[in-house]
Amino acid sequence: MSLKRFFHSLNFINQCREYGVPLWQCPQFLFLIMGVFIILTSSFSYLVGTRFVEDPSIVALIDLMITAILFIIAVIISKSFERLAEASQMKSEFIDIVSHQLRSPLTNLKWGIEFLTSDEFKMPDEKKEEYYDSLKENTARMVELVDDLLVVSRIEKGTLPVRKEKFNLENMIKDLIDRFGLMAEASNIKIEFHPDKNIPEIYSDPSQIKIVVENLIDNAIRYTQNKGYIGIWLRIKNKQLLFKIKDNGMGIPKSDQKHIFEKFFRARNISKKDTRGSGLGLYVCKSIIEKVGGKIWLKSKLDKGTEFYFTLPIK
Amino acid sequence: MKKILFIEDEETLQRTFGDVLQREKYEVVKALDGKIGLRLAKSEKPDLIILDLVLPKMLGFEVLKALKKDKETKDIPVLILTNLERPKDVEQALNLGATTYLVKTNYALEEVIDKIKKVLKE
Repeated sequence: MSLKRFFHSLNFINQCREYGVPLWQCPQFLFLIMGVFIILTSSFSYLVGTRFVEDPSIVALIDLMITAILFIIAVIISKSFERLAEASQMKSEFIDIVSHQLRSPLTNLKWGIEFLTSDEFKMPDEKKEEYYDSLKENTARMVELVDDLLVVSRIEKGTLPVRKEKFNLENMIKDLIDRFGLMAEASNIKIEFHPDKNIPEIYSDPSQIKIVVENLIDNAIRYTQNKGYIGIWLRIKNKQLLFKIKDNGMGIPKSDQKHIFEKFFRARNISKKDTRGSGLGLYVCKSIIEKVGGKIWLKSKLDKGTEFYFTLPIK
Repeated sequence: MKKILFIEDEETLQRTFGDVLQREKYEVVKALDGKIGLRLAKSEKPDLIILDLVLPKMLGFEVLKALKKDKETKDIPVLILTNLERPKDVEQALNLGATTYLVKTNYALEEVIDKIKKVLKE
């Protein structure tokens, strides 16, 4: 197997194809060209040296210096191209994943509308109602995904706007719990909120923090089975607010925990059950919390449940 | 009446496309994940299997591989209906023995029905 890998590493054209870049942009190929170039310049300097310089040891020294300089340049160039190729590969993977995620609700909309408007079939009214509901739901799914993508793109360009204003996190959480009430009830899940007394107002970006809390509550409900329980705590600790959300859901496998905040990562047990999530939610959460000066982390046990924590500076 | 097994995890699509197939007078058997799909393929002996590739519990590719390995199911035509469009996915599915490969968003409902009729030689 390792011998196979070794030969594979020698096959420049194959590797360049995997990167998805043309040959002249492919680091491995460029390195080969640079090697040939080094040999040529060395021979050239050798020829010049033997004609115009008499002491052979000086010629050898010049030759060696030129080779060394060229070699360093070659390494730098090929390294930078390697990064370029990696970025380009990641970008096309990103586009693949995103277009697949967008296409699912898009198909539902497209075919739903086609079926609703087809002349050949008279649909009973109550069935029509069902179709309209699913059109609404799928439109919402697309809006949510596009919103997430916009946040991701802003995070990566470093242009995520952060407004600072005073607001009450405790009230925001209460509002969100109300809003998620129906969804939780439908899954037979109880949500309880335990804020400390006298939680102060904080100075941060309410619209961004709302995205984080929404995501965490949504995940907790989504990945907790029937008759679940979700608890939310809000505490003051070391001049910071500490938020904790705990569920008794399916949990996250230990080996997946270190990747859980990565872009597009979905835990294996979840993606086996439900193919819908985009894998962007927690990446967005971590980026926002770090941007406003907080920290986010988790504790989880498979089949027992998950706890997510984040801190926010009060001032 | 020909029987079609429809393996798809999107419930909305299951309903819409299932309704369309019923309108076209097919008997439709539905499966929401790959494992159930494979089991139903063996027990129901459908005339055609419509298979999505991104499925919970067992990916479409694995289902296809298992279908083509099994004597009882290897001759049932499999129509891949998915939103994956990478050339390597198309190639892999066709190499594994899929009859047709359709990308959902690229086709109107009527066109998909036409393809189904073609596979069923109607």
